[in-house]
Amino acid sequence: MVDLSVKLCNLSLDNPVIPASGTFGYGREYLDFYDPNILGSFSFKGTTKELRFGNPAPRIADCTAGMINSVGLQNPGVEEVLRTELPEMKKVFKKKVIANVCGFSVEEYVYVAEKLCADESVGIIELNISCPNVHNGGMSFGTDAKCAYEVTYAVKKSVTKPLMVKLSPNVTDITVIAKACEDAGADAVSLINTLLGMRIDLKTKKPVIYNKTGGFSGPAVFPVALQAVYRTYEKVNIPIVGMGGVSSAEDVIEMMLVGATAVQIGTANLKNPYACKEIIDLLPAVMEKYRIKSLKEIIGGAHR
Amino acid sequence: MQTLMLTVKSNERLNHDTFSLVLEGDNLTFSAPGQFVNVDIPGLYLRRPISVCQSTDTTVRLVFKVVGKGTALMAGYKQGDVVDVLSPLGNGFDVNAEGKKALLVGGGVGTPPLLGLAEELLKKGKEVKAVLGFNTASDIILEKDFRSLLGEGNVTVTTMDGSAGKKGLVTDALEECDVLYSCGPLPMMKAVAQKVKCKCYFSLESRMGCGFGACMGCSIQTANGAKRVCKDGPVFDGEVLIW
Repeated sequence: MVDLSVKLCNLSLDNPVIPASGTFGYGREYLDFYDPNILGSFSFKGTTKELRFGNPAPRIADCTAGMINSVGLQNPGVEEVLRTELPEMKKVFKKKVIANVCGFSVEEYVYVAEKLCADESVGIIELNISCPNVHNGGMSFGTDAKCAYEVTYAVKKSVTKPLMVKLSPNVTDITVIAKACEDAGADAVSLINTLLGMRIDLKTKKPVIYNKTGGFSGPAVFPVALQAVYRTYEKVNIPIVGMGGVSSAEDVIEMMLVGATAVQIGTANLKNPYACKEIIDLLPAVMEKYRIKSLKEIIGGAHR
Repeated sequence: MQTLMLTVKSNERLNHDTFSLVLEGDNLTFSAPGQFVNVDIPGLYLRRPISVCQSTDTTVRLVFKVVGKGTALMAGYKQGDVVDVLSPLGNGFDVNAEGKKALLVGGGVGTPPLLGLAEELLKKGKEVKAVLGFNTASDIILEKDFRSLLGEGNVTVTTMDGSAGKKGLVTDALEECDVLYSCGPLPMMKAVAQKVKCKCYFSLESRMGCGFGACMGCSIQTANGAKRVCKDGPVFDGEVLIW
């Protein structure tokens, strides 16, 4: 009998598999495919203070071994999430959920995080710091160590639940940002968010995506994600949730070996809605094949 | 919704760029005409959404135009090939809309889902007429299917260049009806919406990520707020669409 359980901050997870924010809505869309309670947890759709429609279409471009999205944080706003989405979610999902928080100012992040923190279904707050900072020329919070520190510090002070900061790979050195978040009080970091990318439509000779560029994700980014987690593991002492192109039970194990305590799965869900279920089902056999008795014990194993 | 492994029963070329693919398998259940399936194509990452033309309990017919890599690969499917399909997706057309006289307005490769719709409307005892618009004679698809189903006189074909049927746009050939169902290019549907006063349903097309409502990749603004083409559509009541 193998042991899939892990502990992330104060959450005991039955397994390390967590659908990533933006690919799992608020949980409802997958009910036709499997019972979400088999998951370790899931990270719900990035939530802002106000309702957001997001970006104009097209928002999606297919790529070799991946895709680009430019959804633009479409969500109903935090009040509506608390009023309708979370009560609906709780009817079908009995575990603690990860609340993904977005904002365009430090104040907005604090406001949304405080609101979501108060809901009993929320186990961890995940701060998406890849959003542009309207008070800093629109530069993303996550690309500047000082901005990342400030927003993490402010939110940490105002929430009572563990705070995880989701990091952008579109930086010179992701470990510097991770360290700044740790110094500001983050309880965990999750990485990597999508890589900036674009495609051109040869018929129109213009970008496929309306906003020209978007976030590239999928199996193609997996090696990039692995090295980011590997290097971050060497620089911080807080848990890391690894993500970026994870698509199989083997990928989950690789990600944990470089230092991930748990693993988020995003784009794979969109191609194969059963992806997380299949990974959870296959993990025991893959663990046995590689003589792994407990997933907890392999975290960071590639460093030893 | 589930993923199904279907077998290619036939794949026939209808004209220079449009194919009729019939897939066979168990558990093919569609709740309404106008739903779609999301086809996994080996070598490509995202699935490709294709509207259902006709279906039975064991077959689904997809009529698609080669517009890019995905549809080019689908054109190469051979009898016996196995295809991974996510199905059924989307809402489909409301065949119980009030009124006896239904008019179907199709444009180009938007016409296929209207064929399955015509079958269902006839079963409901409706009087069904169709106006099918194409750019030119060589683009025409499914004309015979519609004529044999609805009767010769109940189908009008228009072409922009006058090379077949009536010269002009579908909007030049619209007839009086109680409810209108349309699928085709957006500018065509917009022109239809502006011209008629009756109840209208329009089937939209979009680039999609997942096809089942999870990723928000295909959202549109409507009079009732943001809606997902894949999950809340692809068929929308004309009253809520913002053209």
